[in-house]
Amino acid sequence: MSAADPPPGRPAIAVEWRRIVLPIATLALGILAWDLVVRIKEIPPYQLPGPGVVAATLVSDWSLLRNSLLVTLMTTFEGLALALVGGAGLAVLFNQSRVIENCFYPYAVILQVTPVVAIAPLLLIYLPQPAAVLVCAWIVAFFPILANTTLGLNSVDRNLVDLFEIYGASRLAVLTRLKLPAALPYMLGGLKIAGGLALIGAVVAEISAGSAGAGSGLAYRIAESGYRLNIPRMFAALILLSIAGIVIFFALSLVSHLLLRRWHESAIVGE
Amino acid sequence: MGVTGEIEARRPDSRDDAMPPAGAPIAASRLVTLAGVAKRFANGTLALDGFDLAIGSGEFVSLLGPSGCGKSTALRLIAGLGEPTRGSIAWSGTSGTTSGATWRGRRRNGLDVGFVFQDPTLMPWATVLRNVMLPLELEGVAPGAAARRAADALDRVGLAAFRDAYPRELSGGMKMRVSIARALVTDPPLLLMDEPFAALDEITRFKLNNDLVELWRAVGHTVVFVTHSVFESVYLSSRIVVMSPRPGRVFTELAVDAPYPRDESFRTSAEYAGSCRIASQALARAMAQERPGEPAASPP
Repeated sequence: MSAADPPPGRPAIAVEWRRIVLPIATLALGILAWDLVVRIKEIPPYQLPGPGVVAATLVSDWSLLRNSLLVTLMTTFEGLALALVGGAGLAVLFNQSRVIENCFYPYAVILQVTPVVAIAPLLLIYLPQPAAVLVCAWIVAFFPILANTTLGLNSVDRNLVDLFEIYGASRLAVLTRLKLPAALPYMLGGLKIAGGLALIGAVVAEISAGSAGAGSGLAYRIAESGYRLNIPRMFAALILLSIAGIVIFFALSLVSHLLLRRWHESAIVGE
Repeated sequence: MGVTGEIEARRPDSRDDAMPPAGAPIAASRLVTLAGVAKRFANGTLALDGFDLAIGSGEFVSLLGPSGCGKSTALRLIAGLGEPTRGSIAWSGTSGTTSGATWRGRRRNGLDVGFVFQDPTLMPWATVLRNVMLPLELEGVAPGAAARRAADALDRVGLAAFRDAYPRELSGGMKMRVSIARALVTDPPLLLMDEPFAALDEITRFKLNNDLVELWRAVGHTVVFVTHSVFESVYLSSRIVVMSPRPGRVFTELAVDAPYPRDESFRTSAEYAGSCRIASQALARAMAQERPGEPAASPP
């Protein structure tokens, strides 16, 4: 068993507490240090705002920032949902037809390895901004889902495939009863990566649109505040983006855990 | 003496024998007949050549041979997985005599088989009951009826209490019992087993051997059991088919006429020991024929 196990005589809850309390303590110390540096050196807020100023900005600009947060989150979730449909759907299609896989897989790879920050300006020329942002989120998010689902569909136990053949299972039955359940843990692994990437894709596109854009997402707020030297608001928007990323990651981890907890090794806590 | 000796000592190169010898101890009717079967894989390996075997209804036949002698390949062909490169396989009660590309899978030949792999080969995402229900569901049996029959099959292997467990919660021996229950759930006339107990510890294996014999006697189906264990084959079988390797073919056949039920007292009997010796000698001679013309290894 792992080193994280509670030593004998100490309840497990103490270990759980340590895992939550220690990072929070680190954060508190960091914020304190930040505050001290700003106060002692008397750094003006337009260079480096102290944590108090950032917090005050979060409160005072909340209605503006909240709307931007919702816009960015909506874009991220839409991109992620489309990536899930597109990535998993394409993986199934590739799995069913070698010809289709040979035709399209290289281009899926090319789309992935081309930096999205280089594609975004072009997309912004040809598409209305909300659509361009959504496409960027989709481009970066769909490949991990495609690649992982493909891996999962190809990782089916050979003997189980034989078993299905012995009982004369149809192609559809093999797909729905065997291949898709077997691929689920892989797909969820891809989804976890894709969640963070979709947020990054949306942010990259909004930043590319910059002040010329008509967008209202959080990254647009950062770009706009930068031009206006509103540094506290840049920090406030950045903090919200980080929180959004963390929440997305934990939400997807929770979904994965709930779907796999009964049977997959990855979701089973030590017994 | 438990083994009546070699029923038939065919020359290993007698590949034009179309049928197994008439003297083979075959029960009332033939269930499966393999004649002159050869199997060459895509990578060029000739796994079987001139393989003849007749399996009678109600027999417990072991295919005994060293690793790589093609015994698993033969079992898969009997199951309808893959096609013979040459020769023919006939299943009784079906129109399915086949020797080529016209046929694939059990559905085409109509013989219901159960197959137990070396690994339990369970679906980890499904409960024990759902795993055992699978063959019935694939055959279109209604869920309620399938669940009842699966529960019965689990009862037969002594796992009724574990129907809602997931495979990962079971021991290796219990998983294998689930696998056997799944193979039996369709009440197949033919049960094919590919070294099912090879990965288990000896104590568990002995227990499962006893249970398997009991089950076979109770149900009355036919079993073809692939193993590389002389002791296991003698303990279980009514007939042992000793295979020689590369390419695999039948070297000789031995009848084990110790009466059933066999139990732990049989395992320690002189009769059992004598049968094991005869089977071991046959296996040694089969293996010595691996490369004809090459002298057996001897010190210089």
